Amino acid sequence: MKSIFISLRLLLVMTVLTGIVYPIAVTLIGQAIFPRESSGSLIEQNGKVIGSSLIGQKFAQDKYFWSRPSANDYNPLPSGGSNLAPTSKKLSDSVRELSAKYTGGVTVPPDMLFSSASGLDPHISPESAIFQIDRILKARGWDETRRDSIAALVRKYTAPRQMGFLGEKRVNVLALNMALDGLG
Amino acid sequence: MQTPDFVQLSLFILALVIFTPILGRFMAKVFDGQRTLLHPILGPVESAIYRISGVDRSEDMSWKRYAVSLMWFNILGIAVVFLFLRLQGFLPLNSSSLPGVGWHSALNTAVSFVTNTNWQGYAGETTMSYLSQMLALSVQNFLSAAVGMAVAIAFARGISRASSEGIGNFWTDVIRATTYILLPLSLLFAVVLIGEGVIQSFSPYVQVTTIEGGSQTLPMGPAASQVAIKQLGTNGGGFFNANSAHPFENPTPLSNFLEILAIFLIPAALTFTFGSIVRSRKHGWIIFGSMLMMFLAVLTVSLVAEFSSNPTLAQSTVMEGKEVRFGTFGSTLFAMVTTAASCGAVNALHSSLSPLTGAMTLLNMMVGEVIFGGVGAGLYGMLLFVIMTVFLAGLMVGRTPEYLGKRIEAREMTLVILAILAPSAMILIGTGISVVSPVALSSLANTGPHGFSEVLYAFTSASANNGSAFAGLNANTTYYNLMLSIAMFVGRFAVIIPALGIAGSLARKKYTPPSPGTFKVDTVLFGVLLIGIILIVGGLTFFPALVLGPVVEHLLMLQGRSF
Repeated sequence: MKSIFISLRLLLVMTVLTGIVYPIAVTLIGQAIFPRESSGSLIEQNGKVIGSSLIGQKFAQDKYFWSRPSANDYNPLPSGGSNLAPTSKKLSDSVRELSAKYTGGVTVPPDMLFSSASGLDPHISPESAIFQIDRILKARGWDETRRDSIAALVRKYTAPRQMGFLGEKRVNVLALNMALDGLG
Repeated sequence: MQTPDFVQLSLFILALVIFTPILGRFMAKVFDGQRTLLHPILGPVESAIYRISGVDRSEDMSWKRYAVSLMWFNILGIAVVFLFLRLQGFLPLNSSSLPGVGWHSALNTAVSFVTNTNWQGYAGETTMSYLSQMLALSVQNFLSAAVGMAVAIAFARGISRASSEGIGNFWTDVIRATTYILLPLSLLFAVVLIGEGVIQSFSPYVQVTTIEGGSQTLPMGPAASQVAIKQLGTNGGGFFNANSAHPFENPTPLSNFLEILAIFLIPAALTFTFGSIVRSRKHGWIIFGSMLMMFLAVLTVSLVAEFSSNPTLAQSTVMEGKEVRFGTFGSTLFAMVTTAASCGAVNALHSSLSPLTGAMTLLNMMVGEVIFGGVGAGLYGMLLFVIMTVFLAGLMVGRTPEYLGKRIEAREMTLVILAILAPSAMILIGTGISVVSPVALSSLANTGPHGFSEVLYAFTSASANNGSAFAGLNANTTYYNLMLSIAMFVGRFAVIIPALGIAGSLARKKYTPPSPGTFKVDTVLFGVLLIGIILIVGGLTFFPALVLGPVVEHLLMLQGRSF
């Protein structure tokens, strides 16, 4: 019996300590030191929230860089991926369809053929950005002289491996598209 | 693999080797009740917890009393989580007006978080209120990890004590693990994670109008505080459905590196703590080294598999279920660490990994989560194999085996076998029943050998208290919620209770000084033998199942077959 009472009292104390005091302490410290990050790295434009720099968005129009395929179409409720097997027929069909969708017969970078784990991947590889420039030039009715300025933009928005050796080179699609609109 | 990946791997191992003695020594002091740097601040907290919960810190428990206290604490813990989840619709901090969780899902989640499995049949952002995440789930992230550490420490005490009835005090072990080790580390880690972009906010979900004019709802919540402990406590239950693949849970390559390191940090350091308690640091390092060697072996196989091309998809790099910021290396390393330790957080979809990588994730769990393993659970699981190795070595030379001055006899061996067989039986029997049950098979997302692997993975993950998934399987059904609850419960307590029994039995024995015939356990030879025993036991038990699932899938993939 003694164990039962101690268990209940200890559960109560620990619930207060690790379930209330701890998360509130983290929140207070986090909001004080990193107010932007703790609130979701939101991006505002003209006073309205247009997204988070961490969460990918769906881009369907030809004039924008497209994000990766997503199993939930960039709807964060809930996040998640396809879970398709490496021997899945559905996956191999989808890869074939996506390869056909991108014209020109060039090799499509793999991140544009496969959906991400979260369905919210904010990044594409630099190769995937470069390979979309043709379509964007055409859709925006821009001539070849502007190709270099877009390519320069991609280079500018390509994040290197963090600290030189962590992760992969990547481009934030939302940030790149906002900058692209800024080119006028 | 490129040079930066090798740099990352080297730094990862270096960090483990450096932190193991630092944290290991600190933990040995904490569990011994000695003063540490943190005592001026946390000492009063510890004392207050004893006072409020009515714990007599001087009590030295027999193994039975230790086990009874542990079971009540965990069963009542399951009840509390269950009630919070069922009643969340009536409770505050529920800005999305989420209803109470269905009974079988609530039961599964309660067992899952209390057993340190953190298998999730639900999606956090559409199921759990902020209150449930904090009061029900975060709390058990701490407590289940603390319980695992307590058992490991009690085991070590059992070995180090002689002619003693007691193996320590369950309450003080749990309270000290939480107060001095888990809480400070989590607080520090959570703030670092926020700096990288992990959210920690009580705001309601944010409505966004995207650049193209679409709408998107961004989930919010106190994520960082939970992500920190879910990694450090090898819990692995994601705040969001995508777990550590979600950009709000694991936003950058640096946060990824730290989250991977956090998984191994405490399990690795516990080998040093163990060495300190049993007064043979070298033996502790041999265990550490054996774990590291096995880890590097499975990592090598999976990296080769993951960097090879997939003939079925006709692609040289498969990015399905991977995030660009982590890439193939960052995803594979995470997958191996999270399954070797019984964490179960994922930053890539294990279901979409190459078949042989999937086989390695399964193997990590099947050998009993002893490659560093869960916090505490990895160590006591490994000690079962250590005792078995000592026993078999004794048989070979025809002597009564001794382990660190204690004779290993029939009683200990019976309990060792029980603890090793129970989870294995759950895996094979559970999978066996499911693959002939229509109700179980209707949950499959993939067909062919991968479908079998999905079921095998679910029971392996649950029985080994890992919690990761081949998540194509729809496990949020009455059948799987109940079956996996049983698997998780048995997989946890049918190991813990025998482990405590062994500790009690060893503590009671007299100390036998080593003789020239004693098999030394602080040598590389012992480490090699230990690895061999683990592979033979794991291999003999699970080889047929692995062949039917991932191995067949791999061979068919090489022929370009799809299902």
